[in-house]
Amino acid sequence: MIELQGLTKRYGDKLAVDGLTCTVRPGIVTGFLGPNGAGKSTTMRMMLDLDNPTAGTVLIDGKHYRQLRDPLRAVGALLDAKAMHGGRSAYNHLLCLAQSNGIPDSRVREVLDTVGLTSVARKRSKGFSLGMGQRLGIAGALLGDPRILMFDEPVNGLDPEGIHWIRNLMKNLAAQGRTVFVSSHLMSEMALTADHLVVIGQGRLLADTSMADFIARNSRSYVRLRSPEHERLLDVLAGAGVTPVTTVDGTLEVDGTDAARLGELAARHQIVLHELSPQQASLEEAFMQLTAGSVEYHAHSSPGPDPAPGRPVPAAGQGPGDPPPGAGWGADRRKKGS
Amino acid sequence: MAVAAQVLRSEWTKIKSVRSTVWTLGLAVVVTVALGALISALSKNEFEKLSAEDRIDFDPTFTSFAGTGLGQLAMIVFGVLVVSNEYSTGMIRTSLAAVPQRGTFLFSKITVATLLALAVGMITSFVAFFVGQAMLGEHKASLGDPGVLRAVIGGGLYMTLITVFSMGVATMLRSPMLSLGILMPFFFLVSSILGNVSATKKVGQYLPDQAGHKVMQVVTVDDDTPYGPWGGFTIMVLWVVAALIGAYALLKKRDA
Repeated sequence: MIELQGLTKRYGDKLAVDGLTCTVRPGIVTGFLGPNGAGKSTTMRMMLDLDNPTAGTVLIDGKHYRQLRDPLRAVGALLDAKAMHGGRSAYNHLLCLAQSNGIPDSRVREVLDTVGLTSVARKRSKGFSLGMGQRLGIAGALLGDPRILMFDEPVNGLDPEGIHWIRNLMKNLAAQGRTVFVSSHLMSEMALTADHLVVIGQGRLLADTSMADFIARNSRSYVRLRSPEHERLLDVLAGAGVTPVTTVDGTLEVDGTDAARLGELAARHQIVLHELSPQQASLEEAFMQLTAGSVEYHAHSSPGPDPAPGRPVPAAGQGPGDPPPGAGWGADRRKKGS
Repeated sequence: MAVAAQVLRSEWTKIKSVRSTVWTLGLAVVVTVALGALISALSKNEFEKLSAEDRIDFDPTFTSFAGTGLGQLAMIVFGVLVVSNEYSTGMIRTSLAAVPQRGTFLFSKITVATLLALAVGMITSFVAFFVGQAMLGEHKASLGDPGVLRAVIGGGLYMTLITVFSMGVATMLRSPMLSLGILMPFFFLVSSILGNVSATKKVGQYLPDQAGHKVMQVVTVDDDTPYGPWGGFTIMVLWVVAALIGAYALLKKRDA
């Protein structure tokens, strides 16, 4: 269990983390979500006592990090895949970490095996790909068999197989009753792994909720209708007390009426339908709306206006030709290591 | 102090598992010994041309340490890299997450590197002495002569202290380029100029390396330095202690 109490970090006159209070519970994967520059990494560094908070505290199972004897046995963290000396072999990197916390040497081979790096254990890590570096960092986090695990953007640089592996790893660790805290700037990634969500923007807590709740509250479902007899369909719908929204390309979107009823309605009036499809607004859009006011680095390269916050999300982004949700988030990634 | 023992073991693993350790320390031995031997051999050939005064002043022991000025630069690189590699690679965050007690972390690292530097420094000093004396032929000194053993041991201690001082400075500055950019020219040029030009000598002779050199000298005729060999050594130790205090104070409160 990790408790954050009024955690605050100020750099000059800029508040990076602003009075963050929340509890990360064991047995589930808690997603720590926020746009780049929201203060996720700063928060995680303060949790490990690497950065000193301006105000507030972090308690790890009731203790300050600095009070932990052999902290790697209590908390395992992956902060930055490149936080290692490239001239040192993977084995020696883990060995010096193990020794500093009184962890038996045999454990090094075990975790190398777990992350699949046994064959390159004696190779210097500077030759590693980003994905291999990430695996070595994860091995370091697992080294002390800790009850609490923290991962900062763990899927960065992993191939699809690696992403699949880390998702399962996190779920398994949580299923063993451990506390798993994982940050990401991608809602889509969190939707697949996290049971609970902590969302921050510009250092402030925006949401602290279960994933199921977040989905129920934030996903707008509607039915999309397309017909060559557009005007007649509008009349029929109006007659049935349904008020559709006409989008730019002439399709109709209907909230709060299920697809079956709409289909039957059209059939009864013998209207040809080219499309009748239930739609769900993506969580990525819900997340973007939630954080819209707090995005630090906007990308301005994408054509067309940004969706205005607070309005129902237009159906753009659902079509196959559109960029995948979250592309705008990736566009400005590297501006600042968040 | 079970924790300190663990961290010392860990730091030993760290230091022996990177190549720069072998390169820098190896270079320090080779450069110091080879240059000392070369200067000793040249001194022997030139001895006949020296004035009577210079012959009285001639210090065979210190002559065999002529390579120290260059060899110490390799020790400085070693000291700087041991510390600042943690920062330049980002390893520092991993290290401090593993050992959040920053004093334990810093002093374990410095202890391990210091013991290694002491071993290498002593070997360098004795080898440089014996090789240098062999080159000097009939002008040589022997370990049994008054002050010679002290000077040879002092040579090893000097190399060690210059390394520790570099580690302290590197901890404060963090960047390897910045640390080397300040320490190398300072100890190779600036300090010897300040310590030998008469206008600045009064202050310059209190610089760490200028004061530390004193312990390596045996023949000191016409010397008006206000401190003896161990006095100079103590001045150097005070510099090192100051660097370590600064390093600890900064590491303690700084964000990693």
